[in-house]
Formats: sequence, C-alpha cells, structure tokens
Amino acid sequence: MSQLHYALFTGCTAKQSTPELLSSTLAVAEKLGIKITILEEASCCGASHLQDFDEFLAHVLNARNICYAEKLGLTMITICNTCQINSAMTKHKLDNDPEYRARVNEKLAEVGLEYKGTSQIKHFLYALIEDYGLENIKDRVKTPLSRFNIAPFYGCHNIRPSELQHESNGGENPYNPTSLDSLIAALEGHPVNYASKNKCCGFHVELQANHTSEILAGNALLDALDNNADLMVTPCPLCHLKMDTYQDSIGKVMGRDIELPVLHMPQMVALALGCTEKEIGLKYHVSKAKHLYTA
Amino acid sequence: MSETKKITIKAFRFNAETDYLPYYKTYEMEVGKDELILDLLNRIKWEHDGSFSYRRSCRHGICGSCSIKVNGKPVLSCKENAYDMIKLFGEELIFDPQSKKRAIKDMIIDKKDFWDKHNAIKPYVNGNVDPHPTHETHMTKEQVENILDADYCIQCGNCHYACPALEANSEFFGPAAFAAAYRFTVDPRDNSGQERLEMTAQLGQGVWDCVKCYECAEACPKDVNPIEKIMKLHNLQFEQGVAQSNVATRHAEGFLRGMKKTGYLDEADIVLYSEGMLGMYKHLPTALKMMKSGKIHWHSGIPFINSIPKIKNLDEVKKLIEISQTNKL
Repeated sequence: MSQLHYALFTGCTAKQSTPELLSSTLAVAEKLGIKITILEEASCCGASHLQDFDEFLAHVLNARNICYAEKLGLTMITICNTCQINSAMTKHKLDNDPEYRARVNEKLAEVGLEYKGTSQIKHFLYALIEDYGLENIKDRVKTPLSRFNIAPFYGCHNIRPSELQHESNGGENPYNPTSLDSLIAALEGHPVNYASKNKCCGFHVELQANHTSEILAGNALLDALDNNADLMVTPCPLCHLKMDTYQDSIGKVMGRDIELPVLHMPQMVALALGCTEKEIGLKYHVSKAKHLYTA
Repeated sequence: MSETKKITIKAFRFNAETDYLPYYKTYEMEVGKDELILDLLNRIKWEHDGSFSYRRSCRHGICGSCSIKVNGKPVLSCKENAYDMIKLFGEELIFDPQSKKRAIKDMIIDKKDFWDKHNAIKPYVNGNVDPHPTHETHMTKEQVENILDADYCIQCGNCHYACPALEANSEFFGPAAFAAAYRFTVDPRDNSGQERLEMTAQLGQGVWDCVKCYECAEACPKDVNPIEKIMKLHNLQFEQGVAQSNVATRHAEGFLRGMKKTGYLDEADIVLYSEGMLGMYKHLPTALKMMKSGKIHWHSGIPFINSIPKIKNLDEVKKLIEISQTNKL
C-alpha cells in the first residue's frame, strides 16, 4: 500500500476546547504511517448556524477551505461530523449547480482562488476504515481494549442525510450504522448495542433550547449506561462536548447521576495503538477519563 | 420460478380500549421480490389475524395513510419494497407504528398533534384570488423552482414522528409544518408570509429549536427534505427583517465575530455574545469545570482576549465576508 496522505481540516474545536482531539488524531496517523498536512488556512465551517444566517456566505467560506485541499491535490479529511457535513454539502451544491458555482467562484476570484471540485471530502473515521483498512489497524494493536464495553455514538452529521453521506461513508445504514462498532471490535473492545447510538446529542440547541438539548444527550447517555457501557466513543467533538462537559446538568434534568467517559474516536484508537498519555490527552475531559489509560 | 425469502415479522400490537400494555406478535412468511411492506401488512391481516389494524388507502404513494416504522426506519409502506428492507435489516423485520405513545390500535396512531400544527401555520395560499378569473395566474420559472419541491408533501407524518426535537418539546411545530410554512410563504400569490415567518421565528415553537439531526430528510418518502426548508425559513427571517435579536439569532450571526478576528469560531465569545452578560451566569459552573480540565485553556493566552490562534491568510476570510455577506441582524 502506498503511503496515505491527507489534508486535515481541523475545525474550531480541535484548535480550542478539545486539543486532545488534534493530538490523538496526529498520534494515530503517525503510528499508522499516514501522512497529514494540516490546512492552516481553513476557517470555521459555520457549523450550520452561519448557514442559518447567510447561506451564500457560508458556501463561499466553505468553498475557500476546500480550495486549499485542492491546491495540494489531496483528499480533505475532517475530524468533526459537523465540519464534514457542511464541507460535503458545499461540495455537493457546487459540483451539481454550475451556475451557483460560478457565483461562488466570482467571489473567490477576488482573493485569487478557484473552486474546481477535484478533492474528495471524508471523515477520518471512514479514511481509517475504507482506505487504511480494519485488518491493517488490527495488526497494529498494542494494547487491546478487551477490558472495556464501549458504546459507539455515531453523531448525526456522519450518517444523515444518507444520500449525501454515502458519497464518503461506505454506504452506512443510518438506522443501523456499523462502522464504529467494527472499529471497536478491531481494537478488541466490546461494542455496546443500544438504540440511541444513531440519535442526536442535542449540541446544536445547547444555548437556545437547553432543555431539549439536555434531554437528548441524557437519553443517549442513560441508554449507554443501562446497557453496561464503561465508556462512550464518538467521531464528533460536538457530541463529545455535549456529552462529556454537561453530565452534571444533564443528570439533574434526567433525575439520575451520570458518570461516563466520552472519548473521541482517535483517542480510542490511540489507546489501543499504544500512544503516549500526553498524546491521548484524557486529562482534558470534564467527566473523569484518566483511569482509562494504563501504560 | 420466482424466488422467495422466509422472514419473521415482529409486529407491535396494542388496543387502547382493551390492552394495558402493548406487545409484539411474531408472523412468519415467504416473501417475494416484488412485495411491498403494505403487502406484508395485508398478509398479516388476511392470512394470520383479521383484527390486525393499519391505515391504507391509495396504494400509490400519494394519500400518505400507510406510514409505519420498519426496524426504526419510517416508511410509506406502499412505496417500500420488502426485499430492500431485508437487505438493510436482515430477515427479522420489526413493524412499529409511527409513534408508539400515540398508538390507538396496532399501527394506527392519533395524528391530532400533527394536524393541529400543520393547520396552525396556514397551509394554503392566503390571497386575494379572483372568484371568476379569466386567465390562470402566471409564475416565473424562478418562482416555481424556489418552492424547492416542498409541494410534494403528502402529510404522511414520517418526518414529524421522526423528529427528536418534537419528542422533547411538544410546543415545537415540527418539520412537516415548517416545510408547508415555507412552501406557502414563497408562493407569489400568498399574503400571509410575514405572519408565518413571525410564528416560526418564535423560540420554543419555531425553527430555532431544530436540532439539525437530519432525521426528517431521511424519513421523507417524497424527498421533500424538510430541514432544507427550515434553513430557508431561518434565512428568510433575516432577509425580510423579521428576525428579533435573541439568543438564537445572535448565535447564528455571532459566528462572524470570531471568524473576522481569527478565522475560527470564538467558542467563549459566542456564548457571551448570544446569551448576553446576564445570561452568562448559568454557564459559569460549566465554564469553571472546563477551565479546570483545560478545555478552556490559558496556555496560549487569556480567554476572551487572545487565546485563539489565527488561520493563515486571514485577510481572505475578512475580504470574502465583506463582499459576500447578504444578510444582517
């Protein structure tokens, strides 16, 4: 296999509140021999909220990000489901609507850029599974995760809408996704089967509809706990932030104490590949997770 | 010889008049490649149990009566091939009503909440229509295209009963009502657009409580893509000056504040700007925990002042915002 090389769109959270996501992603890539070029030019994707305010502007800014992956001639990988969907939706729109693409390119020309549509966009989870291969990951496992029941939490923006997502997620069934389960199994962990794994965490209405947000996150956390999860893992840092940071207040709304470590997908892989404690960065979690690391 | 597959169906059974609790009953049958989920519902009733109840009418994907959930997936049963479902979920299919808590009998649910919300947004052209027109009303190609297939909705309720925001907040209008609100608001013959935009801009019931899960887009058997219309309603609020300054609208517009300064969203500033100084107090316990664990970090500067790195070529982003921004709060 020739060396895999990707352009990494980090998104905002990996550069701010979840530094552990970036460090574990880079550590996993290094262990697996995957080359990563960080798109330091890339801006915020708008997270669907800028899209609500000004759709055209959001398309222009996302197209600009993609231009930088195109310039490198690389596939753009994302480590946030919401970055993934907003980039992929922009690409889909521009690739299928030449008139609209021309309007966007008119703006991009003012800063010397042109969107061409030559780069693929996929989440790191699917790059690992589809491009690197589960069998190859299995061969690299140093510390099997056999002591853990792990609840996969997929996050909406990697699995829906399936018509768009199937361009990059290997045809995942949004009503019964399996990729994260197979990754857990490849690392010798025990995937927890629970109904909420493909549901919404409520992150996006954290501010304006807090009660809704807490209930959705609470339903998922309690479902995982009731099915004997020792930890939860998610490919989306926004799901992570909602489920890790707010467990106290969610517990109050749900009327139950909640304590469950919520790992980023690359942190889980990093644990199994034997990356360092610093790279995995469990100390950055609000809900205790440091005990999961054993040297 | 046409091939068949042997499958097991577990169907939700409940009679609100006589049953204390619902239960599942198992039916085994050989299924052919051309059979629809509706055919399987018929066969349960005709070959196994005449008391099994479900709604059906047109069998042509237009009346919207026969929707159920198969293994959690909302389907219009007359449009869904049984083999496709077997391919997705294997040889055990689970049939549930669209909403278990609204079940009256087996697959039949009480859709009152759906119709109440649908009616509330005035799902019709409200205009001064000449009772004796001499010619048809003309619409331009752009006006027709702007409806974005929202008029394909058949009110089956699949999106409504797939929406988790509605499950958590019964005030919320829900995706089907929003799709209809959009469809009639952009109709050039209609005069109630402003009213619908004001209704759907209200916190609690309106579009700002949408959780962005895309369950509605996935659930729709007619490709109406309700969440796309929800986003258009958001946009229209700003375009037509209906948007009030509140936590949700500031949250949407406020993304640009950070992006102009660093290229990234400013996670701390967006909370402060959206909530206002007074609204910040409820986030303090979480903020302290995040500071303790290093999620709000000091290593590169002081939060709110200079803690966020800048992207390369930030000037491009500033320039693009300047020349591409179309809406204002």
